[in-house]
Amino acid sequence: MDKLNFSIVIPYIHLFFRGALTAFEITLLAVLIGIVIGTFMGMGKMSRIFVVRFLCSAYVEVIRGTPLLVQLLIFYFGLPQILGFTIPEFPAAVLALGINSGGYVAEIVRGGILAVDKGQMEAARSLGMTYAQAMRYIILPQAFKKMIPPLGNEFVTLLKNSSLATTIGFPELTRAAQIVAGNTYRPFEPYLTAAAFYFVMTVSFSWLMSIVERRLAASD
Amino acid sequence: MIEVRDLHKNFGKLEVLRGIDAKIEKGEVVVVIGPSGSGKSTFLRCLNLLERPTRGEVKIEGKSLLDPSTDINKIRQDVGMVFQHFNLFPHKTVIENITLAPIKVKGLSQNEARERAMELLERVGLADKAECFPASLSGGQKQRVAIARALAMNPKVMLFDEPTSALDPEMIKEVLDVMKDLASDGMTMVVVTHEMRFAREVGDRVLFMDEGKILEEGTPEEIFENPQNPRTKEFLSKIL
Ligand SMILES: Nc1ncnc2c1ncn2[C@@H]1O[C@H](COP(=O)(O)OP(=O)(O)OP(=O)(O)O)[C@@H](O)[C@H]1O
Ligand SMILES: [Mg+2]
Repeated sequence: MDKLNFSIVIPYIHLFFRGALTAFEITLLAVLIGIVIGTFMGMGKMSRIFVVRFLCSAYVEVIRGTPLLVQLLIFYFGLPQILGFTIPEFPAAVLALGINSGGYVAEIVRGGILAVDKGQMEAARSLGMTYAQAMRYIILPQAFKKMIPPLGNEFVTLLKNSSLATTIGFPELTRAAQIVAGNTYRPFEPYLTAAAFYFVMTVSFSWLMSIVERRLAASD
Repeated sequence: MIEVRDLHKNFGKLEVLRGIDAKIEKGEVVVVIGPSGSGKSTFLRCLNLLERPTRGEVKIEGKSLLDPSTDINKIRQDVGMVFQHFNLFPHKTVIENITLAPIKVKGLSQNEARERAMELLERVGLADKAECFPASLSGGQKQRVAIARALAMNPKVMLFDEPTSALDPEMIKEVLDVMKDLASDGMTMVVVTHEMRFAREVGDRVLFMDEGKILEEGTPEEIFENPQNPRTKEFLSKIL
């Protein structure tokens, strides 16, 4: 039996830091895309128009009912067959994760909107605001506040899921561990190191969120 | 001002309004009373289309609310509503609560809207609370802000749905005083309330509703001193 020897990782440590940074970037961009898509999909699911409701529900169901890995593979390897060109790894990873996140954020948005007292919409409409104005100025700002904790969870989930971008060869954190494992013929230390990086990121993010949540609760 | 003809409203199988006819003149204060579940709120909410009538006719200043060519957002600007639970916007300050709709809906400038809002806050006695958030106000103060918010649109009619029912007893008077003041100013008002003293003092006319119909109507003296319908008598004997 061999002893663990983390010193072998040290020459490669810059790869881990760079990988962590890219993982963070991918996740942040993907969550932003997810929020935009999710806001429209979440509202669309509550639309009075059947076709809109149907399409938005279908989007959410398909996204949530299929594995992210398969979505990523379709996006990176499948789409070029139709498009005639390859989407570079970084935008492909961001878009695939963002579109995926949109499906989950849609439910968060819907939950957030439904959690706003329905008297708010009535008060806004009784003042002559249109549905869109009431949504924009009254409902969504309040819903967003209720969405912050679940959005924080979504960010953490997505950060972990960004490791799947390894499969399309994108040099993020997990990929860094793979490379180091290949070079040193010692997989255990590099993967443990990657895990530690993820863990530090998710834990510090969760800690940050708990502070934000406390602030929000105080402002109520 | 308001004309209601054969108004019906069903929620699924439940018939909540079963043929309401009513006329409300300009400057009149009409008080609606009746047991819980009789359809008072639903009736009021049909007057600004928060509920869509199943059938019948509602006209405000001659304009039919149910006519597809009517711009309902335009009508709602003329019909202010005050809710039992205030429904202030918690993420906006008091003054923002009042100025939001005038700015976004009527296109007033920030300054015009604020000036008008301060006048209204003055009127309801809350000028010093302009920059507070609703959460820091008492129930009575919240309701007075809600009244100011509705007035900011310069409505022609004000609808009140049990505006004092959610208030502690010591705060009821401050809200009723604001409403009295409004009434003496000539505002047309439809008020659902259990405050019988207010109905007597301020009401021009009282409508008694039961099971989705107006069973009796008359001046406060007629209704309170000499009710004709046995249901009215029974209701009044319970609450007076
Ligand atoms: N959106 C709704 N969906 C289904 N039923 C409803 C709805 N709104 C009201 N109702 C029902 O309609 C009936 C009349 O309600 P409404 O609120 O108009 O009565 P009310 O006279 O205002 O009573 P209260 O004094 O308790 O406020 C009640 O039985 C109520 O349960
Ligand atoms: Mg009611």
